[in-house]
Amino acid sequence: MSTKIKLVVIGNGPVGHHFLESLVTSGKANNYQVTVFGEEPLPAYDRVHLTSWFKNQDVSDINMVSNGFYANNHFTLHIGDKVTQIDRFKKIVTSENGVEVSYDKIILATGSFPFVPPVPGHQRDNIFVYRTIADLEKITAAAKTAKVGAVIGGGLLGLEAAKALQDLNLTTHVIEFAPRLMAVQIDDGGGKMLRKKIQDLGVSVHTQKNTQNISDGDNAVHKMSFADGEELETDIIVFSAGIRPRDELARQTGLGMGARGGVVVNNHCLTSDTDIYAIGEVALWDNKIYGLIAPGNAMAQAAVDHLTQTGDSEFTGADMSTKLKLMGVDVASIGDAHGTTPNCRSYTYVNDREEVYKKIVVSSDDKYLLGAVLIGDAAEYGSLLQFMLNKMELPSEPEGLILPSVDGSSTGIGVDALPDSAVLCSCMNVSKSDVIAAVQAGANDMAAIKSCTKATTGCGGCTALVTQVLNNELEKQGVEVNTDLCQHFAHTRQDLYNIIRVEKIKTFAELISSHGTGLGCDICKPTAASIFASCWNEHVIDNKLHGLQDTNDYYMGNMQKDGTYSVVPRVAGGEITPEKLIVLGEVAKEFNLYTKITGGQRVDLFGARSEQLPAIWKILVEAGFETGHAYGKSLRTVKSCVGSTWCRYGVQDSMAMAILLENRYKGLRSPHKLKMAVSGCTRECAEAQSKDLGIIATENGWNMYVCGNGGMKPRHADLFAADLDDVTLIKYIDRLFMFYIRTADRLQRTSVWMDNMAGGLEYLKAVIINDKLNIASELESEMTNVIDTYQCEWKTTIEDPEKLKRFTHFVNSQAQDDNIIFTTERQQIRPALASEKLIMEVN
Amino acid sequence: MAQSTTNSTKNTAKINWLSICQLDDIVPNMGCCALVSNASNKARQIAIFRIVSLQGEEQLFAVDNYCPFSQANIISRGIVGDLNDKIVVASPLYKQHFELSSGQCIEDKSVRLNNYAIRLNGSTVELALSSLTAAPKQEQQKNPQLKQEEK
Ligand SMILES: Cc1cc2nc3c(=O)[nH]c(=O)nc-3n(C[C@H](O)[C@H](O)[C@H](O)COP(=O)(O)OP(=O)(O)OC[C@H]3O[C@@H](n4cnc5c(N)ncnc54)[C@H](O)[C@@H]3O)c2cc1C
Ligand code: SF4
Repeated sequence: MSTKIKLVVIGNGPVGHHFLESLVTSGKANNYQVTVFGEEPLPAYDRVHLTSWFKNQDVSDINMVSNGFYANNHFTLHIGDKVTQIDRFKKIVTSENGVEVSYDKIILATGSFPFVPPVPGHQRDNIFVYRTIADLEKITAAAKTAKVGAVIGGGLLGLEAAKALQDLNLTTHVIEFAPRLMAVQIDDGGGKMLRKKIQDLGVSVHTQKNTQNISDGDNAVHKMSFADGEELETDIIVFSAGIRPRDELARQTGLGMGARGGVVVNNHCLTSDTDIYAIGEVALWDNKIYGLIAPGNAMAQAAVDHLTQTGDSEFTGADMSTKLKLMGVDVASIGDAHGTTPNCRSYTYVNDREEVYKKIVVSSDDKYLLGAVLIGDAAEYGSLLQFMLNKMELPSEPEGLILPSVDGSSTGIGVDALPDSAVLCSCMNVSKSDVIAAVQAGANDMAAIKSCTKATTGCGGCTALVTQVLNNELEKQGVEVNTDLCQHFAHTRQDLYNIIRVEKIKTFAELISSHGTGLGCDICKPTAASIFASCWNEHVIDNKLHGLQDTNDYYMGNMQKDGTYSVVPRVAGGEITPEKLIVLGEVAKEFNLYTKITGGQRVDLFGARSEQLPAIWKILVEAGFETGHAYGKSLRTVKSCVGSTWCRYGVQDSMAMAILLENRYKGLRSPHKLKMAVSGCTRECAEAQSKDLGIIATENGWNMYVCGNGGMKPRHADLFAADLDDVTLIKYIDRLFMFYIRTADRLQRTSVWMDNMAGGLEYLKAVIINDKLNIASELESEMTNVIDTYQCEWKTTIEDPEKLKRFTHFVNSQAQDDNIIFTTERQQIRPALASEKLIMEVN
Repeated sequence: MAQSTTNSTKNTAKINWLSICQLDDIVPNMGCCALVSNASNKARQIAIFRIVSLQGEEQLFAVDNYCPFSQANIISRGIVGDLNDKIVVASPLYKQHFELSSGQCIEDKSVRLNNYAIRLNGSTVELALSSLTAAPKQEQQKNPQLKQEEK
């Protein structure tokens, strides 16, 4: 095709961007000369996850545009430039910056704006909305000098905004006009329970409050006056009182509009002008605006299909079921939540102790699900949604779907019963057949499914279901989803952990005779040894344990490629006296060991023969050193900067904290190694965010980051909790480590552990901070036990002549292994190469 | 009572047994390394394993201590166990498994450690000197198939 069709996309929000991606996927992008205008100063970002911007205040966390997307597809992007006019006669659009582009087709994706009711005083300073990154930046800046914040509007977004204010350390209020929170999505009973839960978060809830005036406060910036005569003083106000379509361009150019705004579209998302499509939150279909991402994406697809003639999808309305993504508060609403369908029946389950409220609304014959409300436990969201969307017949006695199962069996949906067309992830429009296709193409874990289908990356409500489909499909393909630890134990590591704990098993013989078969192997033996250590913390080379240990644990040193070992004493926090440093140097000199400073801020001595280890450690222990557990799947180091003691930027004593933590958790055996770091301020010199557990000092305490990783698959740690005091910080770490030890797979680092956890970070917070599983005190006491039974493994060993015997190379001779040969490089030893050994032999 | 496994021939009469150590010197289900030489051969490192089943049945095995994959003398420090009913040791460096009764590497059919006749005589562990005549395998080198371990 010689002349390209001139396509102008107005609006670069999530839906506008989805349109561009779908256009590329259609394979027809080349037929178009595409120009995109976006009013915001940034290319498209994921508004659904706007709140996660707070975590690092970094747009790249929610950026939606892959590298080179515009350039590779030859799309022109005018960013920070707003379209001010569409001239439908000359077929030209004009922008604020004076750009004029002629068009053949227009995609209008201008989205919506937050509605601010014209309350007197609404234009005062320190009053915000919650829609863009710019809004969040302003709120963050204002929060620095504020103490109290109020959100007007207790809907889905209002609650998200309230949680954000709370996280900014403001005393937070939610003001709702209706008698309950989330009035549109949930019923009265659910509203009551939700109110309790929100208040549990520390947010005050005020319902039936009609704000009539905002004026100067006496003790705060504003005073809000309500119709009932009450008043509330606050420093910051955020309006979250609904959205309105950004339809001003359409209005100005005379497109068909709804009575209350919105650009009227048909099933192809065409407006009254057949050259102009409207999609997303600006579009009005069947007199409805759809304020969610899934319908917006479906509209984008319908528009692409119609424009390029590559498909025949139409937009025919959308399901408005939603799940609230708030920490520790599970809330979901499906379909006819209020039970307004004539003759419908409903079933309700209320549990005040656990603050759970669940209701399902079903057809008069009990056959089909019409709607549901889930508060406090939304685990069934995914499967209930499928029942409704696919009109699947319910089991008899449908109330079983929401009742807690007594025997632990799942009452959910069998994924085989789902039609292939069932949309599992509505946010990203991923169907069951898409997931199956991905599995068939080789994606065999959740991480792979996520990256190739994008399923579960929206609100995450479908995670459980997608996982089930994945496992089911793998099983069908004969890929055995075998979670057995090894051929000797038909159990997962987690099962074994529970067995060992509950039955108080202390030896491998006991374990394998009662729960396994055969002799064991190099997988189950070290795993059992590690669990024994986490539970009972006996000496690694205790007689009954040492045959289970990997050679590193057995010799309490890391075996190097030539069969020698490394010696790594603990240097907590990297702080070391000159005297001790000299001892290290002297030992290295005496035994001729290769010496290197490690990334974990301590000293590695290499090239010790097994029979030399006791003598080396004797000197070290006498000089006050302890083992550094560099050989164990256990806590390695707590890296640190000097912090406020020396550094002019430091705000807390990171050094003292690092030493305290390293001494607290030293010797703790875990499914894989654990690394920590503490930085004295946000400059982060200790690189804490690349650790399993990172701590960064703040003016008010410590920010705790979890599940980061360096190495082969780097992962930035996630902010877990902010501004903690010492005691709370340590409490959370105790719980988190113990929970990891309890539930992780063998050799699973914390990063992978969390990525594979249904519910991810939020779930982890719910367990560790809010004690959702009611195990916090158990975890703490298990940790206390480990800490109380700590011993320096090397110190105990050198005091025990029986144990020392095990370090000789030969059972029948005091000779040395003559195959260990060193040569010199840069003034230190290194293992000789095979070729070098030959030459030495000849000489 | 303890019972020894030997891979030697029927005419035990001709065999010279070399005493290595006491059974108690080897911890059950572990290995140790013996330095053994006979007049014609350079001293050789032999990994000796003592396997005790849950029922208390004793078995002894002897194979080369030299691991052709890592070219280091470390086999005796591996973890023992069974894989598909074969009693094996896992090399502590690159984790290949060797069948103890034959020295055969499970992962690589082309690699086999020498194995040696060994027995328990009273409480003494003894090795058949004649079985030392097999060529030492020091020359045999194999590229280790590095399993990438997460750092
Ligand atoms: C805090 C928050 C949480 C949310 N959570 C969820 C959720 O959990 N689930 C869910 O489904 N939905 C959620 N949403 C809603 C979801 O973000 C919207 O449905 C989605 O952003 C709509 O996309 P859009 O592209 O139609 O509009 P927008 O996102 O509004 O994008 C439109 C873009 O066009 C620009 N624009 C407007 N006029 C012009 C012009 N004349 N010229 C150039 N550019 C222009 C705007 O500046 C904007 O950048 C949430 C929204 C917010 C704010
Ligand atoms: S992290 Fe902060 S306190 Fe620590 S050294 Fe760097 S700048 Fe100083």
